[in-house]
Amino acid sequence: MSQPDEAATDALPEPEGASELIETDYEIGQDNITPRIGPFGLDIHNPVFVVSGLVVVAFVIITLAFQDAVGPALGAMRGYLTSTFDWFFLMAGNIFVIVCLGILVSPLGKVRIGGADATPDYSYLGWFAMLFAAGMGIGLMFFGVLEPAYYFGTPWGDQPLGRDIGIVDGELMDPATVEAARLTAMAATIYHWGLHPWAIYAVVALSLALFAYNKGLPLTVRSIFYPIFGERIWGWPGHVIDILAVFATLFGLATSLGFGAQQATAGIGYVFGIDGLNDTATFPVILIAVITALALISVLRGLDGGVKVLSEINMVLAVLLLLFVILVGPTMTLVTQFFGNMGAYASEIFALSNPVGREDDGYRQGWTSFYWAWWISWSPFVGMFIARVSRGRSVREFITCVLLIPTIVSAIWMTTFGGTAIDQLINQVTESAVYGFVIDAYVPELSLFGMLSELPFAAITSVIGIILVIVFFVTSSDSGSLVIDTITAGGKINAPVSQRVFWVIFEGLVAAALLLGGGLVALQAASVSTGLPFAIVLLLACYALVRGLLTEPR
Amino acid sequence: MFRKVIFPVDLTHFDQLDKALQVATDLARHYGAELCFVGVTGTAPDPVAHSPAEYAARLERRAQDHAAATGLRTGAKACHTPDPTIDTDKTLLAAIRELGGDLVVMQTHAPSALDYIWAGHGDTIAAHSEASVFLVR
Repeated sequence: MSQPDEAATDALPEPEGASELIETDYEIGQDNITPRIGPFGLDIHNPVFVVSGLVVVAFVIITLAFQDAVGPALGAMRGYLTSTFDWFFLMAGNIFVIVCLGILVSPLGKVRIGGADATPDYSYLGWFAMLFAAGMGIGLMFFGVLEPAYYFGTPWGDQPLGRDIGIVDGELMDPATVEAARLTAMAATIYHWGLHPWAIYAVVALSLALFAYNKGLPLTVRSIFYPIFGERIWGWPGHVIDILAVFATLFGLATSLGFGAQQATAGIGYVFGIDGLNDTATFPVILIAVITALALISVLRGLDGGVKVLSEINMVLAVLLLLFVILVGPTMTLVTQFFGNMGAYASEIFALSNPVGREDDGYRQGWTSFYWAWWISWSPFVGMFIARVSRGRSVREFITCVLLIPTIVSAIWMTTFGGTAIDQLINQVTESAVYGFVIDAYVPELSLFGMLSELPFAAITSVIGIILVIVFFVTSSDSGSLVIDTITAGGKINAPVSQRVFWVIFEGLVAAALLLGGGLVALQAASVSTGLPFAIVLLLACYALVRGLLTEPR
Repeated sequence: MFRKVIFPVDLTHFDQLDKALQVATDLARHYGAELCFVGVTGTAPDPVAHSPAEYAARLERRAQDHAAATGLRTGAKACHTPDPTIDTDKTLLAAIRELGGDLVVMQTHAPSALDYIWAGHGDTIAAHSEASVFLVR
């Protein structure tokens, strides 16, 4: 037998070319325990796995048992946080964008994730498909028609920047007002899906990737804070950060899965003309079971065979749907509008992102601040997943592909879906299905199908829409389980597969329990509420990130 | 009869591989074959190494130490994959093919009920590799 590993450590070369490892006595996996439950061997971090598992179960039980009290309390807390701290969320969002753009243009952009000689694990296309599917795929399906149409004609007074709207009491305004309202609606929508959310993801993802792949710390959220807390991150401060991340991810996913099942059910009912599918929980629960089963298969096929394949399928389907709407919808209008919308986004971004002295409370607090809290509470999940697939990219390449390209893609998507919907509103006013679902009666889950119903081949495109929604959820459920498993295994990515299976099933069960017992809204409020503490955590992460990058060889 | 013996290695549990390593060594010596250590690691830092390059260096070191101790010709190949939990078998099979291994000796766990659902690495390699496979419990 040869000598033990430890003796060989000093003679080893630097990892993948030059990089600056952090010297720590902590050994990855040293706090892990490896119990056996029947034939299942586990490799889990103690106490992160145990505490997060128990907290989730306790929270679900309490929410189900006392939903009359818990629901309104959590809802009120969410309302309080997003309306009282709106300035803080908006300001934090601006800081994330500035930090990312600053790194992009500075020499720090030359640093390579994984060491100077690391090579990328995925092609551009596979990589981009995965980050888009994890980042916002499902949101684009839900809000693509809803948000622009809503801002264009909201009768509830929460239009962006307090500007005039295009339709008042079912009457179309004069052409100049309509055009101004359209541009404001598009700019305000792209603002929510553009630089700001992706900057939030980029900060988390880049920090995680840097501290794991370049600094040699475990791939878990606590590692980002090493420059600030030092060795203390291996103790309770680190446990709390990781548990919060698991909590936000699991509840974010479970509530989205619950809502998603209801939306897909509504869509199926609408497309196939079946009434009352959503009246009982039976059909949505079956849908959750189907999504969970598909996610299970995807999990067992791994990153390459599962998430990547699904993300690519989704990208192809989404591009087909996009091209269809562009070609069949008002093609030339959409093409010219795209540049106008980007111009409006560029010129309005300062007014929209201004955190103080504004009077559009409905938009700023009800939409922007809520979105920012939502993106931030999702950032450990999306950030960790993006980090996982981004090794080998340079920081400049990373920020370009995680910040700038998604912003353009989101803008194209919003222009196409929102632009077509607004075009229908302008031409048919109260006769259009979008008017019925967005402005007259608020049925947001049907807005996309309403828009598609006025284009040819509506039956086919609506079915593609439903498939896209379902596959996006499968992808989220799979990648979410991957992330939760990595965090609860103390940053190890080779933990036994049974743990991932556990998290996929657990997530489906939590979603089904909440759907049956009520409490989806309450838990969504709880996970959004984690946005505020996380916003503070992320601001600290910006500091740690820049410090970490400064010590890297460029 | 055999020219290259492949010995899949889990560096995390290297000290538990004595029996299989002894079998691999004996067979390699008997047939005058090269003994090649193959390891699969993830891209993220783990208890064994901070990076794939560091892992490769550790594996190489193991192989050299073994050559010095036994006088055999040894080699080492470190493979990395973003998802080692799932892709270890696939990666190992590809490495065996690429290296031209004609005999695989590997340690495997005692069978359990779970093997009916998820086969162990040894079972999968034995089922899918074109090389001869010797599993050591």
